[in-house]
Amino acid sequence: MMVSENFEARLMLGVGILLIGFPWFADWLDEPYLVSTASRIWIYALAAMSLNLLVGFAGLVSFGHSAYVGVGAYVVGILAWHQYEETNFLGLPGTLEGFISIPFAMIVSGIVALGIGALCLRTRGIYFIMITLAFAQMLFYFFVSLEQYGGDDGLMMMDGRNKIPGLDLGEDRQMYWLSLVALGLATWFLRRLSMSRFGMVLHALRQNETRLKAIGVPPYPYMLVAFVIAGALAGLSGALLTNHMEFVSPDFLHWTRSGDLLIMVILGGIGTWTGPILGAIVFLLLEEFLPLLFQEIGLYLFSEHWRLVFGPLLIGIVLFAKGGLHALVFKQMKGVDGAFAN
Amino acid sequence: MALLQIEHLHKRFGALAATDNLSLQINQGELHALIGPNGAGKTTLISLLSGSLQPDSGLIKFHGRNFLQVPETIRPRLGLVRSFQITSVFPEFSALENVTLVLQSQQGHSFRFWKVARNDFELRSKAKEYLKQVGLDRESEIPAYALAHGQQRQLELAMALALEPKLLLLDEPMAGMGPEESLKVVELLQQLKGKITMLLIEHDMDAVFSVADRVSVLVYGHVIATGTPSEIRENKEVCSAYLGEHEIPVAN
Amino acid sequence: MILLIEQLLNGLQFGVFLFLVSAGLTLIFGIMGVINLAHGSLYMVGAYATAIGMQWTGSFWWGLLMALPAAAFTGWLVELVIIRQLYRRDHLDQVLATFGLILFLNELTTICFGRAPLFLSLPETLSISVEILPGLLYPLYRLLIIGTGLLLAFFLYLLISHTRAGMLLRAGTTHREMVEALGVNLTLLNTGLFVLGALLAGFAGALAGPLISVEVGMGENVLILCFVCIVIGGLGSIRGALFGALLIGMVDTLGRAFLASGLRLILPLDFADSIGAALSSMSVYLLMALVLIFRPQGILPVLGRVR
Ligand SMILES: Nc1ncnc2c1ncn2[C@@H]1O[C@H](COP(=O)(O)OP(=O)(O)OP(=O)(O)O)[C@@H](O)[C@H]1O
Ligand SMILES: [Mg+2]
Repeated sequence: MMVSENFEARLMLGVGILLIGFPWFADWLDEPYLVSTASRIWIYALAAMSLNLLVGFAGLVSFGHSAYVGVGAYVVGILAWHQYEETNFLGLPGTLEGFISIPFAMIVSGIVALGIGALCLRTRGIYFIMITLAFAQMLFYFFVSLEQYGGDDGLMMMDGRNKIPGLDLGEDRQMYWLSLVALGLATWFLRRLSMSRFGMVLHALRQNETRLKAIGVPPYPYMLVAFVIAGALAGLSGALLTNHMEFVSPDFLHWTRSGDLLIMVILGGIGTWTGPILGAIVFLLLEEFLPLLFQEIGLYLFSEHWRLVFGPLLIGIVLFAKGGLHALVFKQMKGVDGAFAN
Repeated sequence: MALLQIEHLHKRFGALAATDNLSLQINQGELHALIGPNGAGKTTLISLLSGSLQPDSGLIKFHGRNFLQVPETIRPRLGLVRSFQITSVFPEFSALENVTLVLQSQQGHSFRFWKVARNDFELRSKAKEYLKQVGLDRESEIPAYALAHGQQRQLELAMALALEPKLLLLDEPMAGMGPEESLKVVELLQQLKGKITMLLIEHDMDAVFSVADRVSVLVYGHVIATGTPSEIRENKEVCSAYLGEHEIPVAN
Repeated sequence: MILLIEQLLNGLQFGVFLFLVSAGLTLIFGIMGVINLAHGSLYMVGAYATAIGMQWTGSFWWGLLMALPAAAFTGWLVELVIIRQLYRRDHLDQVLATFGLILFLNELTTICFGRAPLFLSLPETLSISVEILPGLLYPLYRLLIIGTGLLLAFFLYLLISHTRAGMLLRAGTTHREMVEALGVNLTLLNTGLFVLGALLAGFAGALAGPLISVEVGMGENVLILCFVCIVIGGLGSIRGALFGALLIGMVDTLGRAFLASGLRLILPLDFADSIGAALSSMSVYLLMALVLIFRPQGILPVLGRVR
């Protein structure tokens, strides 16, 4: 749609290719744990990206997105647990094969999104926000009450990460590459999607639902399909997250996680391509390094209670920094299209 | 022959009867103007016809078929198309994209996920034709929000036309336009006349009386008179109820 | 039978709680158009104020009395500093800003009072049970909560439907511009309303103090349940909030009490227990799903308002 967007896409591709080399850079810095931090960032960026499809493109503010991340995460965890225990789940054996459990996680998340979306999408606006939140909470309690799978405490992946032929996910670098590639593919897929006829309908939906109906397009099925796609991609990110942490718990579905994902999208720049990624990077880096920073400069109170700073920071960003980091980074390059930001 | 038949239509908003026992018939091929003071219920009627509002009681027949159960999003495909009094376009899309989206919806469902929509040159050139028809071909790449008010009204019209209506419901298409632009729209209406049946709501009496085949007068949600422009001009009831405040234009 | 009545009373009491918090939430949304996630934090403030007041004075009553100004003051401050900026913003901004507010308030509470939950004990006079039916002993305190809550609901009803302020509030829900045009100071009205909502939530927190543990994050769980209540009842309507809250209170309490044992009759034992536990914790949300299928606008929506 815009010239600058093409530029942005090429920039992303370039930076993405450079990032393949990041593990060696971390080695060179002698900080190998950074590889693990970076994997986490890409996994969350993927979740934020999928949420952006709803919030940024279709204009649907879902406040329960962590539910689909959590469902995907639990699918991988539960399959691994049955494999370890050598028991069956509904007559099916467990598995540690990534080629089975990761796509299966996406499918289950997609189906859950279909069910919940079918109900939530009967409403709009504030109702939609509250109901997506409520259903996410329902799934949270559902997993809490699953005593068999650890209840509150969650599940460990006793046999380690999933197996994928040709990869050794047990090694942090390979986990990193898998996460990066997943994010890259998802971004590419969503970009194509956004430019397709389907994408045009979603963009139109955000701008003017009344008119969309008047030209003969029923919004509901399009929103539902978008909801399912977003759910499945969130499920993918959940599947990767379980692998990365070798652990899953109801905490993955906690409602504040949904809030975190929304923040990443807004912080980075709603409805943009690099936005959710930038948002995830900055959010998780702040989370990780803000306490250290306060420690460094001697503000010990804040180093333990960094959220005291983070909360108001958030409010400030919402109230005063429209367009998020994306607007900050790409402002100069936008030219004529700059006006789109508002 | 009646293309659209409205019988005893009622619609209340709380205590207010916005549409009150309204009956009206629109014949195939005619340009039927609907006039009436502010708040008479003209827009409400259009919304009832387009399906964005449901009537409390009454009947709407299109092509002799009961239309009440037909969902809002199906009606445009059957040829019943509305435009909006308050401009309602997709502001972030360019003028061309606005019309392309309409054409895309004309062609059936949009569950196409992979091919890039803007590379569909056939659709684009068709869209350009409609923009040209309303005189907006030079502005095709400008995002709708950046268009001047009159140009947005033109785009509104192009989007309605792109749906290839059999019956076009025009809700004050010239509202807020300059005199020159209005003139262009009147010319366009004259061109379309006979090809498309139209229900035209308009406050500009000169325009109404010069293009309409028949005129209906709506007051308090009820049609008080229907007839040719000259009949309406001479109708006493209409004069006292409505036209009294206006200057009655002399036929030219 | 005795057990059933006891659980019904428990459900009623829980419902009354939910109503006290929901009432403010639904009014604030209905009239100001603001969705305030931090409303649960006001509930938390009420509970903490009671706990602290009790530690200082040793009297539960003083604690209870302290909760009101504390919650009102917090509410006033929050409205002044944050909510006021959000009236004309879209819902997404409101959600995020008030989410940030929750993070802040929770952290502040942790700094002041630590992470360990506080427990309140009731004064002797209140911690007795009374025999309300032959063979049915019920805690006096819970009965008092039910009574107070219903009384408050009644006063709220009077306030909304029989006073000038209430009339303006109701008018403001549907015809905001009109009320503004009449020269009514909506800013003042909004602040007043917000403080009223804060008072109710704070009072609910104070009452809840002795029944549950007072801890950081207690507000959010209640908040999400309240969302369910007002969605079921119909957004912006006090009657709807009352109805939704009582319904949710009942369903949740009865579900927890009887679902598992009921399932045992038809399913194998351990299976019934795990399904029962899962179902009872999800029951209110399933109820919400049902309402959404049949009445997406809620059961008692505000009349004359287009969603
Ligand atoms: N959704 C609604 N809810 C309540 N009242 C409405 C609604 N829509 C319209 N009305 C009322 O119904 C009456 C008719 O409105 P309508 O918009 O149909 O008039 P109109 O003839 O199109 O007027 P105008 O010439 O100003 O466009 C008005 O009094 C209006 O206030
Ligand atoms: Mg009108």
